[in-house]
Amino acid sequence: MNPRLLLAGFTAVLVLIPLVPGVPVFWITLLGNVGLAALVAMGLVLLTGVGGMTSFGQAAFCGFGAYATAVATTTWGWNPWMALPLSLAVSGGAAVVLGLLTVRLSGHFLPLGTIAWGLALYYLFGNLDILGRHDGISGIPPLSIASHPLTDPRAVHWPIWIAVILAGIATTHLLDSRVGRAIRALRRGRLAAEAFGIDASTTKLIVFVHAALLAGLSGWLYAHVQRTVTQTPFGLNAGIEYLFMAVVGGSGRVWGAVVGAGLVTLLKEVLQRVVPAVVGTGVQLESVVFGIVLVALLQVAREGLWPHLAALLPARPRSAPDPAEALPRRTIDTGRRTPLLVLEGARKQYGGLTAVNDVSFRVGRGEIVALIGPNGAGKSTTFNLITGVTRLTAGRVSFDGAEISGTGPQAIARRGIARTFQHVKLDPDMTVLENVALGAHLRGHAGVVSAMLRLDRRDEARLLAEAAEQVRRVGLGDHMMKPAGSLALGQQRVVEIARALAMDPELLLLDEPAAGLRHFEKGALADLLRRLRAEGVSVLLVEHDMGFVMGLTDHIVVLDFGTKIAEGPPDVIRTHPAVLEAYLGGAA
Amino acid sequence: MDGTILLFLLQDGITNGAIYALLGIALVLVFAVTRVIFIPQGEFVAFGALTYSLLEAGRLPGTVWLLVGFGVAAFVSDLAAMRRAGPSLRRLAVAAVSDLVIPGLLALVAARVAGRGLGAGAHFALTVALITPLGPLLYKIAFRPIAAASVLTLLIASVGVHLALVGLGLVFFGAEGLRAPAVSDLMVNVGPLLVTGQSIAVYVVTLVAIVALWLFFERTLWGKALRATAVNGLGARLVGIRTSFSGTLAFALAAGVGAVSGILVAPMTTIYYDTGFLIGLKGFVAAIIGGLASHPATALAALAVGAVESFAAFFASDMKEIVVFSLILPVLVWRSLTATHVEEED
Repeated sequence: MNPRLLLAGFTAVLVLIPLVPGVPVFWITLLGNVGLAALVAMGLVLLTGVGGMTSFGQAAFCGFGAYATAVATTTWGWNPWMALPLSLAVSGGAAVVLGLLTVRLSGHFLPLGTIAWGLALYYLFGNLDILGRHDGISGIPPLSIASHPLTDPRAVHWPIWIAVILAGIATTHLLDSRVGRAIRALRRGRLAAEAFGIDASTTKLIVFVHAALLAGLSGWLYAHVQRTVTQTPFGLNAGIEYLFMAVVGGSGRVWGAVVGAGLVTLLKEVLQRVVPAVVGTGVQLESVVFGIVLVALLQVAREGLWPHLAALLPARPRSAPDPAEALPRRTIDTGRRTPLLVLEGARKQYGGLTAVNDVSFRVGRGEIVALIGPNGAGKSTTFNLITGVTRLTAGRVSFDGAEISGTGPQAIARRGIARTFQHVKLDPDMTVLENVALGAHLRGHAGVVSAMLRLDRRDEARLLAEAAEQVRRVGLGDHMMKPAGSLALGQQRVVEIARALAMDPELLLLDEPAAGLRHFEKGALADLLRRLRAEGVSVLLVEHDMGFVMGLTDHIVVLDFGTKIAEGPPDVIRTHPAVLEAYLGGAA
Repeated sequence: MDGTILLFLLQDGITNGAIYALLGIALVLVFAVTRVIFIPQGEFVAFGALTYSLLEAGRLPGTVWLLVGFGVAAFVSDLAAMRRAGPSLRRLAVAAVSDLVIPGLLALVAARVAGRGLGAGAHFALTVALITPLGPLLYKIAFRPIAAASVLTLLIASVGVHLALVGLGLVFFGAEGLRAPAVSDLMVNVGPLLVTGQSIAVYVVTLVAIVALWLFFERTLWGKALRATAVNGLGARLVGIRTSFSGTLAFALAAGVGAVSGILVAPMTTIYYDTGFLIGLKGFVAAIIGGLASHPATALAALAVGAVESFAAFFASDMKEIVVFSLILPVLVWRSLTATHVEEED
């Protein structure tokens, strides 16, 4: 079944439920609570499952939204609808401030940070006079439409679920876009993303703010549904519950958030009302059960439930993208004679160890240069010095006459230097096409809002068409729509080359491109590189396959223990005494 | 503010800080050995305090049932692990002893001792004996099956365990708070300060515990095995140290340290089933300042946390928690910026 039809059916059912006679109000209220929680969980899915940032403090953003509208509508007498932009502005503003700090936290420091500010904000909510301290704020007006107050749960059901469905659609659209690819790529680490000009911190901040706005929206709705706001629902326990929903649904799946919110809310209801009534105790077991289920889930089904539900639906056949207007290409001035890339006395020291020792060499325009040397010679470190991943201890690197050492990987990518990685850095769950499209990131322009509203389709079609062309160019056209992780390792390396080509680079840096390739695949790769050279693209490659290097390159630089021991055309290097000694030992 | 108040606040801060130091060191230990960021550490504190208070009040603490219940759950978990690894009579016997026999015997002893008024020393020992096995049992049930998972997954599991333990605390200890009688009525004048016997007990026990831990790590084979696992889990396995053993041991130490801290806190403030969380988190603040790696840095940071808390409580008591938890944010940023990059660079 088409997912759109499914969504339409889901929407229709939700719209009709309050109209069906005989559905108890209790169920409608419960469904409303599911919707409120689903909004927050959806943000968490994006933040945790897709963006790789686990937040335990998400409930605090509901608090910002709820308290903002509570103060505005009671103290200042605003109309609830007028207070909506305020709620969003307050939660979004708080997210920018906290996000600037949080996205800079690495590894497990990030979730710990969210616990810290989550707790601090919880205590702050309960200690501010303007927020009514521990008593909170009551007497909040309900939402009203044309002076009809929506006090009946059947009536507020619609605004809640309209918000959920619109948020779900917008979030799905966002993920399926240029920015969405950047968000998804970042979960696997920032190195690959930054090498294609993606600003990791800004992209993470976008995700953070998006999640906070959804929570703020939920808080605004909550305030006008409950009509009273206290600090309790915005504490750490609530934050843990929201995360629980995201994990149950399956972190990484937007609609899984609705499933997770539904199940957890139902479970909570059962534990709070049904079990004590049956067992006859006043003891609340919900946190015990939640805790145990959460741990059990991590032990047996870490992916959550949504993937299992989605597996029941027939897979949507995905086809290669339609042709679209070609993206503008870089004009390479093949007539200029100055070298393209120049290393002068490049040096990298780690404490007492000199990994790269005053290495100087040049890559001319339209040249294929190889960097060779035994293991540990400093080849990959040299690559990282050129691409800005590692900072130089001394010396300089310049590209097209301008110094690039000292700038970051993104700035270097913008100049037209594309690279591949020795250890493949693709997102194994994204298709080959999407991975390659990431390479064309800088050639697209669509932003977050246009992606959510689907105003980015023309831009997107051009990016995907370009990516498809590069995939075909490297000979992987048949694998375009497969997950990158399903390809053989050698093929994954070739996908990395296609991704680098999608950037339309002037200089291509390839780290062991032929490793893992079969003989005829190596031949095809060599042909491709020769064609690129003919188009004026320069190539610098690290490679161990001497047959490949000798037959292809114009110039070879040999490193040993971080020091350049020789350079020259292949014929000279083949018989160079220092090179023979480095590779074969002194006795040879 | 005059010098006396300053000194008083400082002394108060150091007393609390000493307890945070114990907890912080336990957290660093658990993280180093198992990569679990052990959020529920504070629950051991609360359970320890409540167990001790109940014993002092002449009642049988609910810890007994908790321990037996944990034992049964751990036994089930052991059976599940055995089903995967293949049956073995020896393993079955070991599991039965560690999961069923020992908790059962401890519970019997507790039932015998409770209400006899054997005195603080016996209650101290019994409390530690009842709480300590909870650590390894918890490790078996919750963390061992996912021992290889990412730090993040383990952290989420840890939060789940925290949630469950707080709920169980309510079930087994009830909602009312308890406060144990002070160890002694001793008051010592040190200059302008009046130091209570309880504070002195805190200092002495903390020092003893830290020295004991140090000796354990430096002088015993088990301690060295733990250190080896902390430095390199795979390497430790290759030389024959079972990582699940190291994990069990680390959790036992953490639970034991939690119990001792709880007993020390019990006479100083009223403890509820959920009080431990905040106490444990302050140990965390210290552990994070110590980079989740350094024991001495953690201990020093814990004293600083205690002092900051004490001063914040004096100037704006409502804002105490806000100040302490906000202070950790700059530390986290600093730690993130200075930490070696986790992402492998090729």
